[in-house]
Amino acid sequence: MDVLDLARWQFGITTVYHFLMVPLTLGLGMAVAIMQSRWVKTGDEKFLRMTKFWGKVYLINFIVGVATGLVQEFQFGMAWSEYSRFVGDVFGAPLAMEGLLAFFVESTFLGIWIFGWGRLRKGIHLAALWCAVIGSWISAYFIIVANSWMQHPVGVELGADGRPVMTDIWAVLTNSTALAAYSHTILGALVVAGMFLLGISWYQLWRRRRDGIDTVDATGRVIVGENTDLPGRDRTDHGVWIWSLRFGAIVAIAAFAGTVVSGDVQGKLMYEQQPMKMAAAEAACHTGSSFSVLSLGDPGSTDCTKVITLIEVPGALGFLGTGEWGADMPGMSDLEPQYVDKYGATIPDEAVFGDRAGSEIQYVPVTWITYWGFRLMIGLGGVVALGGIVALWLTRKGTVPRSSWIMRLALLGIVAPFAANIAGWIFTEMGRQPFVVAPNPDATGIDGVFMFTAAAVSPGVTAGEILFSVITLTVVYGIMLAIELFLLVKYIRGGVAASMPELTARREHGEDTGPDAGRDDVLAFAY
Amino acid sequence: MEPLAIVWFIAIAVLWIGYLLLEGFDLGVGMHMIFSTKDERERRVMLNTIGPVWDGNEVWLITAGAAIFAAYPLWYASLFSTLYVPLTIALVGLIVRAVGIEYRGKIHTERWRAFWTWMIGLGSLIVAFCVGAALALTSTGLPIDGNGDRVGGPFVWLTVPAVLGGLAIVGFALAHSATFLALKADGGVRERAARFAAVWAPLCLVPAAAWALWVQFANGGGVLSWLFVLLAVIAAVVGWLSARRRSEGLAFTGYAGFGLFGAAAVFTGMFPVVLPSTIDSAFDLTVSNAANSPYTLGVMTVVAAFALPVILAYQAWSYWIFRKRVTPGMIPDAHIVLPAVLRADRSGARGDGVAQQG
Repeated sequence: MDVLDLARWQFGITTVYHFLMVPLTLGLGMAVAIMQSRWVKTGDEKFLRMTKFWGKVYLINFIVGVATGLVQEFQFGMAWSEYSRFVGDVFGAPLAMEGLLAFFVESTFLGIWIFGWGRLRKGIHLAALWCAVIGSWISAYFIIVANSWMQHPVGVELGADGRPVMTDIWAVLTNSTALAAYSHTILGALVVAGMFLLGISWYQLWRRRRDGIDTVDATGRVIVGENTDLPGRDRTDHGVWIWSLRFGAIVAIAAFAGTVVSGDVQGKLMYEQQPMKMAAAEAACHTGSSFSVLSLGDPGSTDCTKVITLIEVPGALGFLGTGEWGADMPGMSDLEPQYVDKYGATIPDEAVFGDRAGSEIQYVPVTWITYWGFRLMIGLGGVVALGGIVALWLTRKGTVPRSSWIMRLALLGIVAPFAANIAGWIFTEMGRQPFVVAPNPDATGIDGVFMFTAAAVSPGVTAGEILFSVITLTVVYGIMLAIELFLLVKYIRGGVAASMPELTARREHGEDTGPDAGRDDVLAFAY
Repeated sequence: MEPLAIVWFIAIAVLWIGYLLLEGFDLGVGMHMIFSTKDERERRVMLNTIGPVWDGNEVWLITAGAAIFAAYPLWYASLFSTLYVPLTIALVGLIVRAVGIEYRGKIHTERWRAFWTWMIGLGSLIVAFCVGAALALTSTGLPIDGNGDRVGGPFVWLTVPAVLGGLAIVGFALAHSATFLALKADGGVRERAARFAAVWAPLCLVPAAAWALWVQFANGGGVLSWLFVLLAVIAAVVGWLSARRRSEGLAFTGYAGFGLFGAAAVFTGMFPVVLPSTIDSAFDLTVSNAANSPYTLGVMTVVAAFALPVILAYQAWSYWIFRKRVTPGMIPDAHIVLPAVLRADRSGARGDGVAQQG
């Protein structure tokens, strides 16, 4: 593999890994903030327990997201120095704004929240969490702005040296692509959080039934019990899980419905801004208006005889792309000559391209990835929404069925929205190839501003260095993931008492004689 | 010279100095955790002095990096790609250290704690060394060609100034954090830290002083940068004398002042060059030829002028909230996490072992 392939793998691995943590941080943080707000407002112990339990899980996940996010900030310069030079006038600004306006807020106030239990007034402590969560949402916005500029460069003009020069920051910040992608990303994160709440709460309610704590009467309605041998397994505990479960299901269903709308907006923008990506998503070889439900053969081929479309919905693709049923959408075989015409058939003979100069440019993305990535995203999203509805129905009488395989399905359901998120990102990033900054044929994009991925990599960096980084980071990331999952499982199996030592202390020593009693000013939380 | 380009050189210097002064003691506390005590409760005292603030402190690094990208993309591209190997190692250090701080207290077995103590300590050491090396190299030069790309192999950066800069930040972090711990902790941690600040800290500051002088002599530093060198020396002496008298607040201020003025001396000494080329001074990256357009710099100036004072205000507030010394008595006992499961499954508790609490 040459430097370019290695650098792309390196970026792909580190980014996909980072994005395993990001949606859970964005979605669960908001959920915890809502829970703590309910507690402050109602004083209901149930909400305090939810805040503590889900807050702990949130933090275990948060830190790995932060740690791997550092890599993202550095690697543009490290592996993609030509890219950084080319886009520097516009791309660095949203990254720096993210730091100055969002990440500082998020990190500082999260520290205040973690250590602020018992030291701050309730309202101020709650406000600290809201600042941290809103900070993380703003942070996501600036990152999406940066990414969207690569999909749809706006707010610039071509400078004398051929590099884009920013002329309108407002256009960059309100890029239509960014607004749609941000909504889609946030809604996708909420689906992740919803299913996470649902799956784990399901396990806890199932555990309570299996341990004989909760039972059901003849009509199937729950009879809530308690077991004083198990810390935290009292009557309030049931309320914690059933509320979390139903809240999670509702969030997942509503957020999925939202992604259908935001995804539709994105599809229409993509048709205008990146028609080849839209065609690749559909493995649409010929121009036409049919939405492919299943295509086999070699969907990446522009030789149309090799693509076999088994099931298709006539007219639906036109609706997805333009809002008009039956409108014709350009196919890859028709688009490719247009791209060759505009941007050349071969990589230009310039120094930045190194050995790659003169080789043929593949304008058609790796279509089996875009085609199946697109379908995996939508399909898994639909499965999640369906699962959420079924979960609401099954728990209508206040608890979950005793079936262990339904419980396992609920836990497995946690994985689905993560996979949908990743599939969506891989689709949209691979669908942009061979460009790192995609040219846009529509009137709002600046058609002359584009960059081939082949020109973006650092000329001075060797393949060995990038290989070193790929191996090191993959190993470190793998270990961190294993440790994170181990800790998550441990704290989830421990139930609320794992995150609230006072529940254990209360049981063993009575109200005010816990192990730390008699010492003054013991920290409510310490590392 | 574009005035906003100068403004951004100063802004980036401010961000780096903010990083060194704030994360400086976080990194030092991490290193002290390895060697200055064997007592678990004392280790937890040390970790909890930085507990509420370390993550906010680290953002200064990220923002400093992003600000270089936003204001001087050519500087960002050349420096980061040339230092590919040390920055990769620094990233690994940042990752294991951050995860270690958060995870160390989550399980209470001997092995788990020992593992993360080493991760926090070694991670801090690696980060301090690599960041120091990178800053030293951007002030003394790298072999870059006319396009700003590295000439030579992956280890061509490993030179005397690089090692000097690495040792400078490691040493500064150790000294700075000793006065920080003396100010923020109580009990044995405070006593040992105060002794370290009085006895070993001056030695720790020598590499940093040597680096600052190197930049002055290499670039023929002006009056301003020599003034900063002088102030740095005075601050260090004041810090050292105060540490010997056990005047903890003044000792902290003194060593922090050394960091502030020392870094200011380096930045003013290298100005207006941001990354010298050791091949040909015609290839030097400067505040003029590496900077972004006036429009972009103007936008970023507005954002920074609004954000930086606000950041300083709320970070100061967070230090105010957690201003109390951390005493051994404030550390809660270990909480063993057991599965909330009835019957035989509770044997799953075995993995957690017996709580070891100092």
